[in-house]
Amino acid sequence: MSFEYIVKIFIDYWPMFLRGAGLTLLIALVGTVIGAVIGLLIGIVRTIPRPESKVKRVVLKIVNVIFSIYIEIFRSTPMIVQAMVIFYGIAMAFQIDMDRIVAAILIVSINTGAYMAEIVRGGIVSVDKGQFEAARAIGMNHWQTMKNVVLPQVIRNILPATGNEFVINIKDTSVLNVISVSELYFVTNSIAGMNFRFFESFFVASVIYFILTFTITRILRYFERKLDGPDNYTMIGSSLQNEKATL
Amino acid sequence: MEKVIDIQHLSKSYGAHEVLKDINFSVEKGEVVSIIGSSGSGKSTLLRCVNLLERPTGGAIIYNGENILDDKHDLNQYRTKLGMVFQHFNLFNNLNVLGNCTVGQVQVLKRSKLEAESIARKYLSVVGMEQYINAKPKHLSGGQKQRVAIARALSMEPDVMLFDEPTSALDPEMVGEVLKVMKELANTGLTMLIVTHEMEFAREVSDRVVFMDKGVIAEAGSPEQIFSNPNEERTREFLKRTLKQG
Repeated sequence: MSFEYIVKIFIDYWPMFLRGAGLTLLIALVGTVIGAVIGLLIGIVRTIPRPESKVKRVVLKIVNVIFSIYIEIFRSTPMIVQAMVIFYGIAMAFQIDMDRIVAAILIVSINTGAYMAEIVRGGIVSVDKGQFEAARAIGMNHWQTMKNVVLPQVIRNILPATGNEFVINIKDTSVLNVISVSELYFVTNSIAGMNFRFFESFFVASVIYFILTFTITRILRYFERKLDGPDNYTMIGSSLQNEKATL
Repeated sequence: MEKVIDIQHLSKSYGAHEVLKDINFSVEKGEVVSIIGSSGSGKSTLLRCVNLLERPTGGAIIYNGENILDDKHDLNQYRTKLGMVFQHFNLFNNLNVLGNCTVGQVQVLKRSKLEAESIARKYLSVVGMEQYINAKPKHLSGGQKQRVAIARALSMEPDVMLFDEPTSALDPEMVGEVLKVMKELANTGLTMLIVTHEMEFAREVSDRVVFMDKGVIAEAGSPEQIFSNPNEERTREFLKRTLKQG
């Protein structure tokens, strides 16, 4: 009976499953965070207003072209192919055997960065133009405007899309088995190879994938609500002390 | 009198379209100047050129004896000397009322957080919003937002306050509270440059009124002269049109 086998496989191999799931989560989490940082940095640079000096304008133009090439290449090729090209490419170019976990995080990060750059750009464009103007009018430079006014709003706006990237990454790390990273898919494949119970082993894996993504989605929702702040505020002042004003 | 800002032969065009043509005027210390004129006359563009949110295409803006349109000038430093109040308030949505009034002081003027907060509280009480320091912009009405926006600009302790149609986006019942604050500020001797459609208000608070038409200053003078006895036919036409509506 297959159900008994599912339970048995889980009981027999749970430490392996757990390690695989842990590595999957680690690669996806670190990759998404680094990818988001890459996306934010590219977003900040791409929205720098046209500089007055000609040299700066040319430099900025070149940098932006490089960013565009990066984004287009990584969005237009599958991550499974990127993994092979990057891992074996680095091995060939530098004659090193890269740590597989490091390689995995690197691949997921730059892949996510390409998507996040576009998400961040959308997030910055969606911030009201008046916010930029008010910041400029008060004397802020581009970086101060971004740090204090725009990015906090962008981060709130892109949080759902970033969560989505995280969930996609949890699932897509499975393709990294091609470079033998012992994440959940790779581990499951090994387990199935040992007992020849393919359905049962991968059924356990699918349940673990679901639990991971579902839990993370809930946690992110909670953060979104938290970032929105309370719907009411307290009035300060003698006559109105402790009075609650609501929306 | 000491000129705070002196605008000389200023022009602005978008491609072939000339929005401002040879504008000459100055604002003296402690003076309240209102700019009136029909929509599209260039008055908002003029105000936005003064603090360089729009880059003029020609002419000079003299501030402290220097032309700030010279390449080497630090525009961000200059902008801290001009407080801008926008038609659509543009409060920073991610910050509460106190944060809106301190962020510029701390980040740009490098004041300590403590000092910035005490200055912010002072100006928030000037506009009657000191009880709302914890509120986010989304909690406030239009009139309240605009009063906070005024306090935010005042907290930078600028030499001149620029108002770009500060009541045009407000519901009629909220116009009064904002105009009242502005009147009080005018009475304290603050230097103010106001673009407005509120003729009554302009007449009451201004030391000088500038009437703009089709990108040029058609006429400038005391409120009495502009509103009661305008020299130009187009000023008369404009006033007849707007006062009839109002």
